[in-house]
Amino acid sequence: MAEDTILSDDLLSELIAVGEVDILVGVPTYNHCKTAGQVVRAVQVGFLKYFPRARTVLINPDGGSTDGTVDVVRNTTVSDYRTLMTSQPLRTLHRITTPYSGGPGRDHALRTIFAAADLLRAKACAVVSAELQSVTPEWIEGLIRPVYKEQFDLVTPLYHRHKFDGLLINNVVYPMVRAVYGSGVKEPLGKEFGVSGRLAKALLEGLGAGQPLRSGIDLRLTTSAIRDGYLLCQTFLGPKIHAPNYAEADLTIVLPRVIGTLFECMGTDEAFWFSRSVPAPLPTFGFQYDLSLEPVRVNRDRMLQVFRNGVREFASILSPILSPATLEAIQRLIDVSDADLRFPDELWVKTIYEFAASYHHGVIHRDHLLQALVPLYLGRTSSFVAENLGTDSMEFEQRLEGLCLEYERLKPYLIERWKPTT
Amino acid sequence: MTETLLNGVTQTLDAALKMAIELLPKILGMLIIIAIGWVIAIVVRLVVRRLLSLVKFNALCDNLGATQIAAKASLPPPIDLLSALVFWVTWAAFLMLGISTLGFVVLQEQIAEFFRYVPQIFIAVVILFIGLLFANFTARAVLLGMVNANVPSARLLSNAVRVFLVMLTVAMALEQIALAKTVVLIAFSIAFGAVMLGLAIAFGLGGRDVARRLLERQFTEDAKTEKDEISHL
Repeated sequence: MAEDTILSDDLLSELIAVGEVDILVGVPTYNHCKTAGQVVRAVQVGFLKYFPRARTVLINPDGGSTDGTVDVVRNTTVSDYRTLMTSQPLRTLHRITTPYSGGPGRDHALRTIFAAADLLRAKACAVVSAELQSVTPEWIEGLIRPVYKEQFDLVTPLYHRHKFDGLLINNVVYPMVRAVYGSGVKEPLGKEFGVSGRLAKALLEGLGAGQPLRSGIDLRLTTSAIRDGYLLCQTFLGPKIHAPNYAEADLTIVLPRVIGTLFECMGTDEAFWFSRSVPAPLPTFGFQYDLSLEPVRVNRDRMLQVFRNGVREFASILSPILSPATLEAIQRLIDVSDADLRFPDELWVKTIYEFAASYHHGVIHRDHLLQALVPLYLGRTSSFVAENLGTDSMEFEQRLEGLCLEYERLKPYLIERWKPTT
Repeated sequence: MTETLLNGVTQTLDAALKMAIELLPKILGMLIIIAIGWVIAIVVRLVVRRLLSLVKFNALCDNLGATQIAAKASLPPPIDLLSALVFWVTWAAFLMLGISTLGFVVLQEQIAEFFRYVPQIFIAVVILFIGLLFANFTARAVLLGMVNANVPSARLLSNAVRVFLVMLTVAMALEQIALAKTVVLIAFSIAFGAVMLGLAIAFGLGGRDVARRLLERQFTEDAKTEKDEISHL
């Protein structure tokens, strides 16, 4: 079995002491001492409040924290049951902290969690980030209940986001997964999710110990679940608020990693998505509400500067990637004034599809290809921000829907460019 | 007197004829070797082409930008260049072998010298080829990284990296074939030193203010507040 080599002897003996469980929640940590305690409390209160009769365990794979995260996780307790409106625990609240080998990679942590879920025959398993401030007990219910009670296999999150939060997801990942894979998962790479025991087992086999670890595990997890016909749903979790010291990696790292993973998945799953038709809506759980979020600062000047420089300087790099018509249309944009510059949906979708096909055919080194997309993405992002500055949430959703439909309309164009030329 | 002269001429002609008769089969042998060599060289070229196609050499060259470099220099694609090189080296070897059958001592020494030199030429060509690929690849990576980081004069930096790597490659290739070894080494050292000194002076004196601004922008708190608050994920 795969878990033989993933789980250390110490962890194995701790898991055996716990015995079979119904629900397992994994909280991977790496230097998250400021938020880990709150997340652990939220998970335990979630167990008590919503699954008091279930056998539960919290697994905390730690990537080698040096800031005392492990102690925080071990020492966090729930005692104020009355004020938290929960009952006294009927069962032991098991909690296991374990280091995992291979460095602070999310893949390693998820592998440990899935291996533990498989060994303990958990019916439902959820993963929650330790870096968030907004995790509540209701998140645990939202991620677990659809699996535990409704027989879904994968529960993806729905966050309440500012309209300029998650721009890469809204402009590429969500509409592309929807058009290509035929599944309207709005957060295909959400770090919080719930999985059934059978999907956890299948994912564990997919991430077998002998296989090389690759980046973008969250996206791979979603696409493989869609491809293999598992039952998917979404659950509304509310706002996603990171700890104050959280800093997203630079765009030149994030974009190649995410888009490269998406293009790779498309290459692996081409037999599946070629014939995939219009997506069916996904069941969504949870009470959705509107919330005013703090405005965010956007430096459009810098974005447009990189866009213009990139289009000018990368002409020779872009010419084997893009069709002449697309390249010409993009080059025309650099002469438009900042205020009037708009990157139309159709041009953007064609750009992404041509990049995907060129990535697939390996027309230039793949890292370089993805780096060449950065300025174009910034041009599109700048246009997207300008177009949506004054929109309310309803109008914004309509525009996003329009973009998704454009991705779906142009899917035959993607297939045409994807297929090898004779 | 006349008889002596006639005898001399006759003997010379006899000797020449004898030599020609002796040489004729050798020339014929040489021509046959050259012809066979030509056929073998063609076969070797085809085999090499096929092997390179099997290992997807074309795609590799496209990936690394070698095809584009060759196209810019109005050269055929790298796969054609490499197979042509193999053809000419093979045929040249047979050509030399054929000539050696004539038995001229001076020529044989030159041919032996050539055969000693062939591996070095081949290695030099490989060094040049890999070096140019690497230079192009690195220059492109620098250009992409610099433009994406919004660094001014990205093209200039990228070209500087390319020129430096090409210079290094050419120096290494020339050293391999031992062509004016000392001159190449000295020329390279002087050129490299001059470029570095020039850059140091230009940046240290002429670009003092620019350098200060760059460092300030990189490390002061003011710069950090200019950043976006948008999240891409």
